Amino acid sequence: MALVVNEEQQMLKESARGFLAEHAPISEVRAQRDSGSELGYSPALWGKMADMGWAAILVPEQFGGLAFGHVGMGQIIEETGRTLTASPLISTAILGVTLINLAGSDSQKAELLGKIANGDLTLALAIDEGTQHSPANTKMSASKQDGEYVLNGTKRYVIDGSSADNLIVVTRTSGNPGDLKGISLFNVNSDTNGINIERTNMVDGHNSSIITFTDVHVDENSLLGEFDRGFRPLSTALDVANVHLACELLGIAQESFDITLKYMKERKQFGTLIGSFQALQHRAASWWSEIELCKSIVLKALQSLDEGDAKSPALASIAKAKLCEIVELSTNEAIQLHGGIGMTDEYDIGFFIKRARPAQMLYGGYSYHADRYALISGY
Amino acid sequence: MSNLDSFRLETRDWLEDNCPETMRKPMKTADDGCWGGRNFTFKSEDQKLWMDRMGEKGWTAPEWPTEYGGGGLSKAQHKILKEEMARIKARSPLESFGIWMIGPALLKFGSEALKQQHLPPIVRGEIRWCQGYSEPNAGSDLAGLQSKGVDMGDHLLANGQKVWTSYGDKADWMFCLLRTDPDAKKQMGISLVLFDMKTPGVKPKPIKLISGSSPFCETFLDDVRVEKDQIVGEINQGWTIAKYLLTHEREMIGGMGLTGAGSKTLGSLAIDSLGTTFGRLNDLFLRTEVAKWEIDAAAFACTAERANDEAKAGQGVGATSAMLKYYGTELNKRRFETLLKVGGSDELIWDGDLSKNDGWMAKTWLRTKGNSIEGGTSEVQLNIIAKNILGLG
Repeated sequence: MALVVNEEQQMLKESARGFLAEHAPISEVRAQRDSGSELGYSPALWGKMADMGWAAILVPEQFGGLAFGHVGMGQIIEETGRTLTASPLISTAILGVTLINLAGSDSQKAELLGKIANGDLTLALAIDEGTQHSPANTKMSASKQDGEYVLNGTKRYVIDGSSADNLIVVTRTSGNPGDLKGISLFNVNSDTNGINIERTNMVDGHNSSIITFTDVHVDENSLLGEFDRGFRPLSTALDVANVHLACELLGIAQESFDITLKYMKERKQFGTLIGSFQALQHRAASWWSEIELCKSIVLKALQSLDEGDAKSPALASIAKAKLCEIVELSTNEAIQLHGGIGMTDEYDIGFFIKRARPAQMLYGGYSYHADRYALISGY
Repeated sequence: MSNLDSFRLETRDWLEDNCPETMRKPMKTADDGCWGGRNFTFKSEDQKLWMDRMGEKGWTAPEWPTEYGGGGLSKAQHKILKEEMARIKARSPLESFGIWMIGPALLKFGSEALKQQHLPPIVRGEIRWCQGYSEPNAGSDLAGLQSKGVDMGDHLLANGQKVWTSYGDKADWMFCLLRTDPDAKKQMGISLVLFDMKTPGVKPKPIKLISGSSPFCETFLDDVRVEKDQIVGEINQGWTIAKYLLTHEREMIGGMGLTGAGSKTLGSLAIDSLGTTFGRLNDLFLRTEVAKWEIDAAAFACTAERANDEAKAGQGVGATSAMLKYYGTELNKRRFETLLKVGGSDELIWDGDLSKNDGWMAKTWLRTKGNSIEGGTSEVQLNIIAKNILGLG
């Protein structure tokens, strides 16, 4: 397949850009933060996104979806990176849909996917337990008692945890932390007795919660996928999520660059535009080159997801690692090249670094993915 | 059967009949390449036979028009030829700056007479070319070149010094930039001219590099007579052609960041050399370095692929040759730094019986340092990106 964005995908990207410029400019990010928004995103905006069909893009047609594929979805996510728009797209329309589609029974798919496609159901993945992403080290327990499961444990940094209707909970049902076998997934209503959700106040203002499960009883139908064999679909879904996070980071990196390049052509010091200084030109040129590499690897990883080829896990890790590295460069250079104004809250550039770091760490940062890539490669 | 399918079968048959067995084995060193020309010593009869047969067919320059000795193939047919050659592991029949550089420039800018005179001998491997661009005081600032071509009526008289002339001591003809109007603005007074290296006053002298080899010369021009009909394009308009050739050269050099599909990955070379324990490389810091390089190399390979595909689809600026040249050469330098560490002290033996492949690694590693200098330094590439793409003045 040619490594280009085709016409249909390009149209989707442009329509996303137009929609976000109108309904979710960066001033909305500031407004959300200043109002101390509990959800961390605008429910009205989410409704409009669902009306645009964005929640349905990855949902198969037989469940009321558009089945437009990852390259298409990736174009939208990249644009939400440019505008730093918070929404349930990653947790619900990407991770939730992928997990249910991979692991869910026919009745679970029929029940859940249509609702997601319409924007009537939101999900959150309750996975990490420590401060570092490490899915195989899941400790949280789920034990079988009288035809029910009882969940006990704590999940940390659950994105959309305080707003989602349902939680998909990653638990250990056998074996020890570190084992890939013995992991089971549950689809649990957030209002179930014994669930305590505490919203954090993170640097990006997104809702990310600490969730405690104390003797939470759920019925057998809550099991999502095979008992003890949840790691496989989970791992695939995390690859999907990481590629889309890489898309978001690509949007952040590009917008940080574009804003800074524009500033270099306006700002004068020593009687001349700072963009005329060779020291800064070389930094900008090298930075731009890195972003070109990012565009290529992200597109490659998205295409690989659509083709479902065996290289997807390696490409997902390469893409996430490379984007983590370059978004870090981008957001740091953006502030430095702006000088003092880049440090002020009044100017928007600071919002980019604040969204980038949580998105980098979510489901594994540079070291996690470089390490995972090396292991996949046999070293 | 489609035309392309029958072309494939014909090609396969022809290669089967005409490619000597010894030319179906990979080259051991870069010295095994066939360069042709008046001064070349063929390594074997097969090497000459293979060059002659392919040259006769025009397949040393497959897409050039048949009227100039080329193969007259379409892009699709050329691709098939490459695939069929790869299928039997056929060597390239001819390495040639004539085919890579001055030939394409002549096709684009040369007069009919120049094309008729020079292209067929290039195709047949009879004349080997070298490039006279850089000067001791004009490297990155190429347009600052000072070698003169003074108008003597029916000819130009050339004087000056060229440097970094690849294989200048082995080449038969030079394509050379001369300042023909000293009063014009820098880029405006330059002409591209052609002359025989046997012309009186042309003296090439090899330069030994830090890598031990001498692929380059400095070439002295002392009252060299250049015929006026050997000016490519218009007099004083040579800079446009020079820039065209530089872009072409950048694209060739930029490709070196890409390691061939057949060659071993950095990761597997590291495993071979250092070993693993529980699936992890035995040197954790090097493991990080190797992984980081492989991640960057994968992203770079995709970028070369995307640039190619976007060009085919007629999309946007895409990644330019300047970016590919800059990133590709820097990546290649990093690769050899890491390879050296992976190989350890064994790779630092310069030559002799105790060395591996006569110090190939150490010599190649040192040679890569020139990658980000030749064809325009990395810093010049960054200038081009800043000015032409980012619009920074």
